[in-house]
Amino acid sequence: MTTATEVINGSSAPAKLDYASDQEVRWCPGCGDYSILKQVETVLKEKGLPKEDIVFISGIGCSSRFPYYLDTFGMHSIHGRAPAIVSGLRAVRPDLSVWMITGDGDSLSIGGNHLIHLLRRNVDVNVLLFNNEIYGLTKGQYSPTSPEGAVTKSTPMGSVDHPFNPLALCKGADATFLARAMDRDPKQLREVLLRADAHRGTSLVEIYQNCNVFNDGAFEVFTEKASKPFHTLFVEQGKPLVFASGTKGIKLDGMTPVIVDLADGTTSLNDLWVHDERDAFKASILVRLFEDPRHEGAMPRPFGVFYVADRRTVESRIIEQVELATTRKGAGDLDALLRGERTWTIG
Amino acid sequence: MFSRDGVTGITVHRTPARTFAALFHMETPTRTKTVEERRNVVILFAGDSGDGIQLTGTQFTDTNALFGNDVSTFPNFPAEIRAPQGTLAGVSGYQLHFGSTEIFTPGDLCDVLVVMNAAALKANLGKLKKGGIIIANSDGFDAKNLRLAGYIDQQDPLTDGTLANYTVHAVDVTKMTRNALAETTLGMKEKDRCKNMFVLGFINWMFSRSLENSERFLQEKFSKKPELLDANRRALLAGFNYGDTSEIFTTRFDVRPAPLPKGTYRSITGNQGIALGLVAAAQKAGLDMFYGSYPITPASDILHELARHKNFGVKTFQAEDEIAAICSAIGASYGGALGVTASSGPGIALKGEAMGLAFMLEIPLVIVNVQRGGPSTGLPTKTEQADLWQAIHGRNGEAPIPVLAASSPTDCFEMAFEAVRIAVEHMTPVILLSDGYIANGAEPWRFPQASELHAITPPFATPRTNDEQEKFLPYKRDGKGVRPWAVPGMKGLQHRIGGIEKEDGTGNISYDPLNHEKMVRLRAEKVRKVVEGVPPLDLSNGVESGDLLILGWGSTYGAIKTAVNELCAEGQCVGHVHLRYLFPFRKELGELISRFKRVLIPEMNSGQLRQLIRAEFLVDAKGLNKIQGMPFTAAEIKAAALEHLKQ
Repeated sequence: MTTATEVINGSSAPAKLDYASDQEVRWCPGCGDYSILKQVETVLKEKGLPKEDIVFISGIGCSSRFPYYLDTFGMHSIHGRAPAIVSGLRAVRPDLSVWMITGDGDSLSIGGNHLIHLLRRNVDVNVLLFNNEIYGLTKGQYSPTSPEGAVTKSTPMGSVDHPFNPLALCKGADATFLARAMDRDPKQLREVLLRADAHRGTSLVEIYQNCNVFNDGAFEVFTEKASKPFHTLFVEQGKPLVFASGTKGIKLDGMTPVIVDLADGTTSLNDLWVHDERDAFKASILVRLFEDPRHEGAMPRPFGVFYVADRRTVESRIIEQVELATTRKGAGDLDALLRGERTWTIG
Repeated sequence: MFSRDGVTGITVHRTPARTFAALFHMETPTRTKTVEERRNVVILFAGDSGDGIQLTGTQFTDTNALFGNDVSTFPNFPAEIRAPQGTLAGVSGYQLHFGSTEIFTPGDLCDVLVVMNAAALKANLGKLKKGGIIIANSDGFDAKNLRLAGYIDQQDPLTDGTLANYTVHAVDVTKMTRNALAETTLGMKEKDRCKNMFVLGFINWMFSRSLENSERFLQEKFSKKPELLDANRRALLAGFNYGDTSEIFTTRFDVRPAPLPKGTYRSITGNQGIALGLVAAAQKAGLDMFYGSYPITPASDILHELARHKNFGVKTFQAEDEIAAICSAIGASYGGALGVTASSGPGIALKGEAMGLAFMLEIPLVIVNVQRGGPSTGLPTKTEQADLWQAIHGRNGEAPIPVLAASSPTDCFEMAFEAVRIAVEHMTPVILLSDGYIANGAEPWRFPQASELHAITPPFATPRTNDEQEKFLPYKRDGKGVRPWAVPGMKGLQHRIGGIEKEDGTGNISYDPLNHEKMVRLRAEKVRKVVEGVPPLDLSNGVESGDLLILGWGSTYGAIKTAVNELCAEGQCVGHVHLRYLFPFRKELGELISRFKRVLIPEMNSGQLRQLIRAEFLVDAKGLNKIQGMPFTAAEIKAAALEHLKQ
C-alpha cells in the first residue's frame, strides 16, 4: 500500500504528520484524494488547532473515507446527508472547526437538496467537494457532473443527462464563499483551503480530483503542463484576468466576457476585467465560464476564490434567539413550564 | 372562528364596564329554571372547518376543567384547512366528555350535539344517543346548506319529523349574533365570525357554568383589539342571556366536580405532553435540546410548542426535509446535545436510513412518531396505530431500537421523558409512538414538580489530561453494554465513527466476519437490557388472572380501561395490561399472559401487536381490529370482550 506522502513526494520515507490518524489510507494508488489529504493536513498544521476541536463530517463515496485518516473527531455518515448533520452539529457547537468532505455524487445527486439549504443558511463549515465526474466507489457510473455523452458502465451509449455546473448551482443557492482548486496544483489548493477556513460561513471549494481508475484524465487539459496555461485562469483579488502565460486576457464587453490578445498591442492590462471577489454580479459570470475546453476558442476554466460575501451564519442567529429569549423571559423555570398558563386545585 | 383583526376605523360602542363586570361574574341565573344534575355529559360541537368549532370546544373544556370536572376531548377535523363550506367533507368536530367521576375517554355516544349546519348534523347524528339533545343553528339549514349536505329534496330535518326521537332546539345563531352586535360597526363577515362565541355563551348557560373563564380568554386574546374584544364579549353574553331568558329552555344541567386526586392540575394535549416531557428530560440530563423537524400533520404542534421555549436552551430547526430533520438531530447529539426529531408515518419512512446510522453510531436520539392513518399520505388528520411494525422493523439490517408508546395525553409527558432517559443513558436512538387521537386530545394533568423528576445521567467519557494515558476506545462498553459519549472538544478523545461496520472496542472500520456477528449481537444485547429496571407492568385495572386478558398499547388505553371497569363491575373476570414498552418486550409479559384463559388485543390496525405477541410468546391471541381512522369506543371493546368470554 502506498501512503499519501509517498504519492505526493515520491518519497519512500513518509514523514509523520501531526494530524494523521493511525489508519492505513486505502484509496487507490495514484488517486487525487491523497494530494487533497496532504494539503488539508498542511493547513491544519499551519493553523495548529487542538485536534479535539476539529471535526470532519463526510457522506458516502471514495472521498468520504477522508475522516478516518485524520486524528481529529470524525463522522463517516450516510449518503448525501453530511450537510444536515453539519447543520445540527453547528447549531449546538459554534466553538468547533468543522469540515465537510463530499463528492459530486454525494453532494450534487443524492444530497443535492441538503447542499443548497446548507448554502442558503450559511452554516459555518468548510465544504470540500471532490469532483471527479464519476461514481468511483460503485465502480464507474456517470455522475451529475459527467459531461453529456460520457461513456460509462451505466451509459454505454453515452450519458444523455446535462451536467451540473457545481459553482453556478452554489451561486444560485446564495453561497457566501465560492472557490475552485485542483488536486494537481497543491500550492494553489493550499491557498484556497486557507482562505476557505478563514471565511465565516459555508465555504464551498470545488476540487477537481482525478479518478485514475474510472475516469483518468478527466481534467488533464487543466492540469497538464502543456495545456494548463491555455485552459486555466487563476483569479487573484484586484488583478486583471490574464492567462496563457500573460499573452491573453479577458475583458468584459457589457455583460459578456471576451478573450483578448495582450501580445498584439491592441489591448492593455487596464482594459481587462479586474477580479473583485466581493462583486456578486461578476462572480455570477465567472462561475459561468464553464465551456467544454475541447471547443475551439473556449474560455479558460477559472480557479481560485471567486466570491466572498459577509452574511451571518444561521447558527449565530439560532443562538442569538436563544439568548434573546433568555434575556426576555429569564432562564427556563421548569416548574413554571410544567404549570403552564392556567391551573386549578382540587382538595 | 371568532372575529379577527383587519378592521380599522371603527367606532366602538361600549357598554359601561360596570354592567359587563356584573354580568360576567354572576354565578346564578337571573331567572328560575330547573337544574338537572348529571354524572357526566358528552357534548359534540360540529360545524364547518371555518366555524371556530375547535375554539368553542377547547374553551368549554377549559371552563369545565377549571370547575373541577374530569375531562377528555377528541378534536376531529378534515385534512383541508377550509374544505368547501356546508359539505360533509368540511365538517369539523370537537367532542368533550366531562364528568363528576373519573373519565378515560372522550365518550362513545354524545348526549348533546351542537351543529352549525345541516352537514354537521348529517355527519354526526349517528353519534348521538337516542333521546339526546340537538342544538342546531337554524340558519345553517337553508336550502343551500340542505342541498350541500345531501338532504333529499332539501327536506329540513329540523322540521320534517325525522328527529322525533331527539330533543331538538333550533336556534337562529346567525341572526341573534348579528342582533347582539348591531351596535358595533363590524362588517357582516366579522359579525358572523362571532357566532361561535354566542354558542359558547349559550352552552355555558346550559351547563350552569360562569363566563369568567371565557371572558378571561377573550381579554387575553384581544387585548390589543378592543373592537373585537367588545364584539366577542357581546356575542358570548348574548348566548348566555338567550338561554337564561328564552322560554324554550326550561332545564339547565349541572355536572359537579369530580373526586380527582388532590393536587394542582392543568389541561394538556398529547403533543404538549411530548414537548414538555422532552424539555423537562433535557433539563434533568443537563443537556441542551435540539429539535430538528419538518412540518407534518399531526406532529407539527410539537415544533410549535418547543419553538416557544428557547429560554430553556431549546433550539428548533425547521429542516428542508424529513431526512435533514433527523440528520441534523444526529449532528446535534454528536455535538453533545440532546437530538430529537418527530414526524408522522410518511416522514418516519424517510428517516429510516438515518435511524440506522444513529443506531450504529450509538448516540442518543429520540424519534417521535405521531401516527396517522396510512399507508402513504393516507388519512393525515385521522388516527391509527399502524406504524408499530415500521417502528420495530423499518430499517435495513439488524437495527433494534427501543420502541415506547404513550397511552394518553398525560402519558405523553411521561413517555417522552422516559424516551430521553433511555436514549441518553443507553446511548441509543429511541422511538416514541403517539397518535393523532391523543396528540390533539386533552385531559387534566396533575403535573409534577421539577424536583420530583428523576435525574438523567449522560455517560460522558472522561477527557484525557495528559498524553501518557491509554488510547481512547470509543466502543468499549460498560456493564449495560453502553459505550461512552465522547464529544468533540474532549481532550485526547478524538475518534472516528460512522455507519460502516466497526471493530469492537476501537470503532475502526472492520469487515471481519466474526467481528460483524459479534457487533450485531452486542448492539442487540445492549438494547435488550434497556427494559431491565423499568417499572413493572401495571395490573391495577381488572383482575390479575382469570378468563380474559385485554392487552393494549397506545391510545386505546382509555377505551379499554372503561370497558374493563364495566366488565368487572358486572362480575366478569377480565384483566387489562397496557404496554408502554413495545420493544423489547419484557420477559414477565409471557408469564402474565399465561395467567389468563384468553387474550384479546384491540388495535387500530390489522393486528400488528397481536402478531408480535404470538411470535414472541406462542399464545393464541385474538384481535379486535378497527381501521377507520377513528378511536375505539369503550362499548366496542366491551362487546368484543363479552363475545370472547362466551367462547
